[in-house]
Amino acid sequence: MRYLPLSTADRSAMLATIGAASVDDLFADVPAEAVLDGPIAGLPNHASEMAVERALVKMAGKNKTASTNPFFVGCGAYKHHVPASVDMVIQRGEFLTAYTPYQPEIAQGTLQVLFEFQTQVARLTGMEVANASMYDGSTAMTEAVFMARRITRRPKCIVSAGVHPHYTSVLKTLTRFTGDLVEAGVPTFTPGAPGDDLASLIAQIDADTSCVVVQNPNLFGHIADLTPLADACHKAGALLIVVVTEIVSLGAIKSPGEMGADIVVGEGQSLGAGLLFGGPYLGLFACREKHVRQAPGRLCGETVDASGKRGFVLTLSTREQHIRREKATSNICTNSGLIALAFSAHLSLLGEKGLRHLAALNHARAVQLADRLARVPGVTLLNGPFFNEFTLDLGREARPVVRKLAETGVLGGVSMGRLWPTEKALAGGMIVAVTETATDEDFDAFEDALDEVMA
Amino acid sequence: MSTEMNNVGRPTRLVAGTGAAVETFTGNRALMLEEPLLFERGSLDTSGVDLPPVPPVPDRLGGLARDAVIGLPGFSEPEAVRHYTRLSRQNYAIDLGIFPLGSCTMKHNPRLNEKMARLPGFADIHPLQPQSTVQGALELIDVLADWLMKLTGMPAVAMSPKAGAHGELCGMLAIRAALDARNDPRRVVLVPESAHGTNPATAAFCGFTVENIPANARGRVDLDAMLARLGPDVAAVMITNPNTCGLFEPDLKTISDAVHAVGGYVYCDGANFNAIVGRVRPGDLGVDAMHINLHKTFSTPHGGGGPGSGPVVLSAALAPFAPIPFVRKTANGLELVEEDTAGTHAADSFGRMVAFHGQMGMFVRALAYMMSHGADGLRQVAEDAVLNANYILASLKDLYTAPFASSGPCMHEALFSDDFLDGTGLSTIDLAKALIDEGFHPMTMYFPLVVHGAMLVEPTETESKANLDQLIGAMRHVATQMLADPDAWRAAPHFAPRRRLDETLAARKPVLGFKDSEAA
Ligand SMILES: Cc1ncc(COP(=O)(O)O)c(C=O)c1O
Repeated sequence: MRYLPLSTADRSAMLATIGAASVDDLFADVPAEAVLDGPIAGLPNHASEMAVERALVKMAGKNKTASTNPFFVGCGAYKHHVPASVDMVIQRGEFLTAYTPYQPEIAQGTLQVLFEFQTQVARLTGMEVANASMYDGSTAMTEAVFMARRITRRPKCIVSAGVHPHYTSVLKTLTRFTGDLVEAGVPTFTPGAPGDDLASLIAQIDADTSCVVVQNPNLFGHIADLTPLADACHKAGALLIVVVTEIVSLGAIKSPGEMGADIVVGEGQSLGAGLLFGGPYLGLFACREKHVRQAPGRLCGETVDASGKRGFVLTLSTREQHIRREKATSNICTNSGLIALAFSAHLSLLGEKGLRHLAALNHARAVQLADRLARVPGVTLLNGPFFNEFTLDLGREARPVVRKLAETGVLGGVSMGRLWPTEKALAGGMIVAVTETATDEDFDAFEDALDEVMA
Repeated sequence: MSTEMNNVGRPTRLVAGTGAAVETFTGNRALMLEEPLLFERGSLDTSGVDLPPVPPVPDRLGGLARDAVIGLPGFSEPEAVRHYTRLSRQNYAIDLGIFPLGSCTMKHNPRLNEKMARLPGFADIHPLQPQSTVQGALELIDVLADWLMKLTGMPAVAMSPKAGAHGELCGMLAIRAALDARNDPRRVVLVPESAHGTNPATAAFCGFTVENIPANARGRVDLDAMLARLGPDVAAVMITNPNTCGLFEPDLKTISDAVHAVGGYVYCDGANFNAIVGRVRPGDLGVDAMHINLHKTFSTPHGGGGPGSGPVVLSAALAPFAPIPFVRKTANGLELVEEDTAGTHAADSFGRMVAFHGQMGMFVRALAYMMSHGADGLRQVAEDAVLNANYILASLKDLYTAPFASSGPCMHEALFSDDFLDGTGLSTIDLAKALIDEGFHPMTMYFPLVVHGAMLVEPTETESKANLDQLIGAMRHVATQMLADPDAWRAAPHFAPRRRLDETLAARKPVLGFKDSEAA
């Protein structure tokens, strides 16, 4: 067994030191009815590297990959090019095989990375502080709503219909049991502004409202100026929570912080992580400094060592489960540390100049494709302003269209039927994402295939 | 013109020096390299990524273009590679040596698993692609689920939780949903004092009231106290087995039966499954829900704090309430049951816990690990993990206080307290920092809370006897020296990249990000 260093002789010598006759003696506390005499039935025995690799390569081969097909799927996970050096960095054993930095003197590498990561996330979102990561964007959003309740001591949260429906579902899963009230609407296909209507969100705010949650760009790709919403929230004593699922957008559009957000949460997958069929991803969490003691998750802070040198430690941990137990701000322990490193390395490779270039490129390419697809007979572009994702109304049920496109080898987008199965009025919607990875040939293939399927 | 050759060459003999400490110009000390912050070294005009030009089309950003400077410095590729490589060298890691952090199961991370997780067929697929295009990914999830159910003897498993604590949440939400389904208002959850902080935090997070149950003198849950507290208001108990003292809970089945008899459920924290994998199935102990930390027992790397993955096995009583999405076999292949199919196939599901389907990257690594070991190898894993821990316990218990050693062998981790340091003015933290100078990552300190100055040592099965002997030697040396000359041991570590760090200062005046005004 290639991962087990003990030899038979070692085992006997160690048993002798322990004073046990056999290893079974060490399991003496296990009640007789639960003792298993041999390997568990129905599972294979150990296998060589070669054999395991063969089996898994075969399974992997059954999937259509993003890089080998014209690919335009988004809605919360985006295909961006990740520089080769990012993967090299996260495979450094000193990062990959370290634990949470509980002994800071021998974890300054991880801690400095977290400090840099927190700074990058705060600046990108336009906020004052950011934490050391959450599981993903959806759980970060739920935590933000609970944080707003703790800060405002009010029970009601208003969720925009432009928020990714899976994110809203995650929130509702918990609030069903916690007693928090959630008001979440159904999206509308208002031409020029698909998704939600900020004016009606503002009208919903009342004295019980702890927060309003809005996504920008929203699920349909629409981008909005949130400043009036922020003002309305603040006038009513509520907080504005902004969700960002495509973090690259912040290289092109005004940050939530600049528009008055109090908490910004997001999915950081676009930088560093890759698609990974949904995980591990990276929950981003940023807020105002005055609220940081109500924030969930780990925080890394600067300090000095006994000889006066700058160093970093995990801090403000009296908020956390290992100290506060049932009174903690969250139950999170393990987070997404390594993905935070990947994000931070990717963003430091881009730098401000590279990020702005990348964002501009995504936007321009999306504009080009949107105009091409809007020329296909029967297809209408619903967006006014957008970043790299837009919604088409196909005038017929989109779900079979997406499947037919896949049969021709084009992974063309996400149908509304998959995300909002109960809303028949939305069934014609198809959400298309365009990143720097899509080529002109991919555009041609998509346009041709859509033309054919729609004909 | 002729010059004379210098045939003396460089000196090869050692020359006696003064040995005085030398301050270097850079602050570096040979291979120990200081590294400034990205914000002190990078520049806003530098980029390590080349991109194609932006096509000249008028923007459609609706007047929302970001004009102000963001403040994100960049590195060229060589600068970036060096920045992170230098930082990496200030970290301890399993790849460097034994990492005996109790409760964390820091075992070797096989590199085959990294290679498999990077196969494009797993890494380069989108969670919302049409299901016909991801049948291999659904198959992987299904096969892994089958391994987990068989290894635990449980009939169902929820795959989407993102880590152990998230798995706890999954199990406790399933219990809430089951209670709601029968209109049962009970809300009390009993948690042993020795439990990990995530247990009470999770129970409170989903609306339960937490009550503590004491430990007995043998380091186990006090059975009498537990049975006495059970009643119609008890929704669940949360028990860790093997527990956080590294001991098997022999009464778990009795407790489970008693909890079921009063209409409650049993949540088992499976963080310590490594001790019993392949030898004991929690399903045989009456458990209703248990999370499995794939980043512990099944070796997916911790990555300096995450990501993890926390699938939850469920009893038949809780299975109907499992979260969506999940994979289901149909005549036409594998199907992901999501919102659109949940009404027909998962009407009782408590809902969704994450945006997509869970930690696919961790699933691939964990399955590669399981297939590599097989049923026979996993059993050996548990045996060697337990053997290694008992070897440490046996080799140190004459010197270190081992509060529960008299009650018999331990499981996968050995627990000590710092009582033996009484009178020296030293405590667990001093011993831990001294071990850093010896080249080890310290054990878990001050957890569990049920013994004074806890030191929880979990070697795992991937350490050789020679490594254990060296750790034992160092632990004996340090303890002996501390008892002999306590004053010499208050300031360790001396040789780490940093001396002891001021955590009080960090919390009193939090500096949580870089401020440009600080720039030197
Ligand atoms: C006993 C125990 N329970 C629960 C957890 C929480 O697991 P995670 O960190 O994966 O959320 C841990 C991990 O540290 C643990 O040791």
